[in-house]
Parts: sequence; structure tokens; C-alpha cells
Amino acid sequence: MIEAKSLCKRYGNFTAVDDLSFTVEAGQVLGFLGPNGAGKSTTMKMLTGFLIPTSGTALINGIDVIENSVAARKHIGYLPEGAPSYGEMTVRQFLTFIARARLINRQDVAGHVDMAIDKLNLAAVARQPIETLSKGFNRRVGLAQAIIHDPQILILDEPTDGLDPNQKHEVRHLIQDMAHDKIIVISTHILEEVEAVCNRVMIISDGKLLADDTPRGLISRSRFHNSVSMVVDEPEKVASVLSELPQVAKAELNEGELTLFPAGENGLFEAITTAIANNKWQVSAMRLEVGRLDEVFRSITGKEAA
Amino acid sequence: MSNTAINGAVNIMRRELTGYFATPVAYVFLVIFLVMTGVFTFYLGNFYERGFADLDPFFRFHPWLYLFLVPAISMRLWAEERRSGTIELLFTLPLTTVAAVLGKFLAAWLFIGLALVLTVPMWFTVNYLGSADNGVILAGYLGSWLMAGGFLAIGSCMSALTRNQVVAFILSVVVCFLFLLSGLPMVMNLFKGWAPQVILDGIAGLSFFKHFADISKGVIDLRDLVYFVLVIGFWLIANVVILELKKAE
Repeated sequence: MIEAKSLCKRYGNFTAVDDLSFTVEAGQVLGFLGPNGAGKSTTMKMLTGFLIPTSGTALINGIDVIENSVAARKHIGYLPEGAPSYGEMTVRQFLTFIARARLINRQDVAGHVDMAIDKLNLAAVARQPIETLSKGFNRRVGLAQAIIHDPQILILDEPTDGLDPNQKHEVRHLIQDMAHDKIIVISTHILEEVEAVCNRVMIISDGKLLADDTPRGLISRSRFHNSVSMVVDEPEKVASVLSELPQVAKAELNEGELTLFPAGENGLFEAITTAIANNKWQVSAMRLEVGRLDEVFRSITGKEAA
Repeated sequence: MSNTAINGAVNIMRRELTGYFATPVAYVFLVIFLVMTGVFTFYLGNFYERGFADLDPFFRFHPWLYLFLVPAISMRLWAEERRSGTIELLFTLPLTTVAAVLGKFLAAWLFIGLALVLTVPMWFTVNYLGSADNGVILAGYLGSWLMAGGFLAIGSCMSALTRNQVVAFILSVVVCFLFLLSGLPMVMNLFKGWAPQVILDGIAGLSFFKHFADISKGVIDLRDLVYFVLVIGFWLIANVVILELKKAE
């Protein structure tokens, strides 16, 4: 379990993280979402014991990260931002070094290294110096060192940054595989990633916690939640007719697509399909929207909504 | 230190040594070191002309050689970790700062020790040419290695101050230079006449030259050994403190 208690980090007058408290329990995949410079990385650095908070503290499985930093670190696997590693070492040398540093028994080191190489598909480059590898391989080496001791808590700062779509898919798959009995905290500014792997999202901006919810819960905050978008002939006429329906709160026309916002909880989609059938409108596309995370993100973090 | 701390330091040391030999750094350093000691000994030290079967002309120039070569080794110790961001990786491993500092220092110290060992043909040469006092020569090697440790501890500490290796190199050379010079007349004359004898002795006592000269004469005085151990200890502790204070900057 991770318990953050009023974490604060100040640099002079600048407050990077402002009174952040939260707990994360086993089985949760928590996504830190926020604009660049929001304090995501700073928070992670404090959880992993690299930065000492200006005030407040965090407990890792009950161990204080300030009082007993080295003991707390044993429970954590950490991928720092940018996946730093010792470029002159080969992948296998580097992972062996990390495995030893992670206090794995001498006779088990090779087994753990093989496991990590296997999980991240690094076998083909295991004998190459890390600095000769592509950005995607570099990131996977960083992930391999984070999971090498099978930690109970994984903290991954932008784990899929620099990966191509296939590699992103693989990494997300890996995270989901490990998720059921672990705590995983990832930071990202890729919204689709949150929807793909997280079961909890914290939106952070200017060091403050602005929202703490499930991805579904966040999406339902969207003004597009349960709205209906359609492409139809003579959209202005259709819009004026549908606006009269009691289920329709508002109709918006945007680049030829007509979006109708619901007035109540239910019945918008059915009311519209009935109206279409009765008026024999020519509809070429139509969909029920669940919501738009990017729009929620922008409205919560204070940027202009789309 | 606990077992885990020792294992941690040894693991760091091993990684560092692997790093040296994975890059040209080690080979360039070793070749330059051997060429320079040769040049100093035979040309500047008049090894043959003197007609003595000893290694005094070899050891005499070590302080000046170390002044530039040791900072060249130590400059990357921490500055490189900062620049590449691996310092964050290192200090989120279950490892104390003390173990990391010791591991890195020991690796570099052993490496310089290796460079010294590679000069052993010089030792064979004096034994071939005449009957050398091998005890004195052994003491010379010990003193030289200890002095290198002193330079290295200063360099490691300076390297922790910056992410720029060039800055680390210059700072190290300057501080090492001050430590070297503190016993020479040009510094002592500044203080003579007005400073009390205690301070004069204190400043003179800080000099690498004096302690190294004592040991390399074959007189292994406990005070000289303690001096180098204290110098190394002081700068390594300063190194740990600097890292703890400004790990993330």
C-alpha cells in the first residue's frame, strides 16, 4: 500500500507539489495525469525516496520513505523519467548489476535477468551496449530493470514515451498482466493510455490534486456524455426539429456533424431514432458518445474546452 | 557497515570497473600514464645518469602526474551520473549514499593501483642494473598509491558538485594543487614572519609532498599513513554530504 500524507515540495517560492494526500492499494493501476510541469514526476521522486519532501511524508507498505528510505525502496520498482541507464554496459550486464543491487540472492540473479529479458523481448539485443539501442529498446531496458525483482509496487514515469504503437500495446499488456496483485502507478500525458490500462486516475495540475476518479467516472463528467452525434442531410432543418424534443437539451452543428445533448438521464437515442424513422431523414452516420476524456482533461486543468 | 552495505559497495565497484574497460577511457589512461612516467623518469629524472639503483626519479614526479591524471579519472564519477540522470536510478536502489560513494571511490582507486602495478618493469630494471633497496621501493609504491587516493577523494567530491565534467576537472586540479603546494616555500613564505609556528606547522603538515616524500624514503611512519587515510576520509565524507544535500539538482 502507498500512503501519501500531505506531500509538499517547494523550490524557493515555487511550489511543485502542494499538499498531496492519497492512498493506493493492491490491484490498483493509478494513472497520474496532468500537463507538463504539473508535479507528476516530482511526486514520484518523493514516493521512491529520491527527493525529500519539504513537508509531509509517504508510507510504502507501512515504511516511512524519509525515516527509512533504503528499506522502503526495496518494495519498489521504479522507471525514472527518460529511462536512464549506463549506456556503456550491455543489456545483460546492466540488468545483472540492477539485480544484484536489488539484493537478489547470488544464485537467483541469472534467473531474474533471464525473466526480465524474456518479458520485455530483449533477447536479441542482450549482448549489445545500451547506448547503441533505439529509443524503444532503451525504454524496455528501463522497464526490465524496474520489474527485475518482482516488486510489489511499480512506479513508472512515462513508461510508453518514445515507443511505437506496437510497442506501446505490448507495454500496456505487460502492465495489465502484472496489475492484479500489485500496485502500479504510471504517469502519462497520453489520455488513451489512461483509458487502456488504469482503473484509477488522478489529475494533477500545478501540484494540486484536481480529480480522483475511475476513467469511466471521469469520462462521464464530459458534456458529451450520452450525447448523440450524427451526419445527416439538411442538418439545420433536422436540428431545429429535434431541438423541440423534450429529451434534447441543445443541438450543436460542427463541421457537418450534428451533436444533440441530452436533457434527462435516458431516452435520447430512442427518441432520435424514432424521429428519424418518422421524418424519413437520410442519415449516413450516427453514434452514442460515452464522453471525451481530452475535453474533461482540458476543462479540469483550466484549459479551454474543445 | 552491514553485509548488505558491503555487497552494495562491491556491486557498485564492479559496475564502475566494467564501465572503465567498456570504453577507451581505461586504455587511454593506462597508456598515457605509462608513457608519462617513462618520460619523467628517464628524461627529467636522469635515471641512468644518476648512477643509483633506486626509483627516486620515478616517484619524484608522481605528485605532478597525479595532479592532472587523477582528476581526469575522477571528473566523471558523479558529474556523469548527474548529466545522464542515472543518479536517480542509483539512489532509488536499496543502497546507502555511503556505499555508493565508497564503491565508486574504490573502483577508481583500484584502477590507479593497476596503472601503478603496470610500472613494475621499472622495478625489475633497477634490480637488473644494480642492487636496489626493494623495501624503499615498495614503500614508494604504497605512498604513491595512498597519495593517489587523496587526490581521488578530492576529485570525487568536486565531481559531485556539478553535472559538467570540465568544471569538475578544473575544480579538482585547483584543490589538489593547493594541497600539493601547501608545504612548498612559495606558500610557506607568505605565512612566515607573522603566523605563529603552530599554524605554519599545520599548513606544512597538510602537504601531500611532505608525507609522500617521507614514505617514499622508505620510512613508513604511522603518522604519514594516518594523514592520507584522514584526507581520504574527510573528502569522502564531504562527498556524501554534498550528494545528500543536492542529489536532485
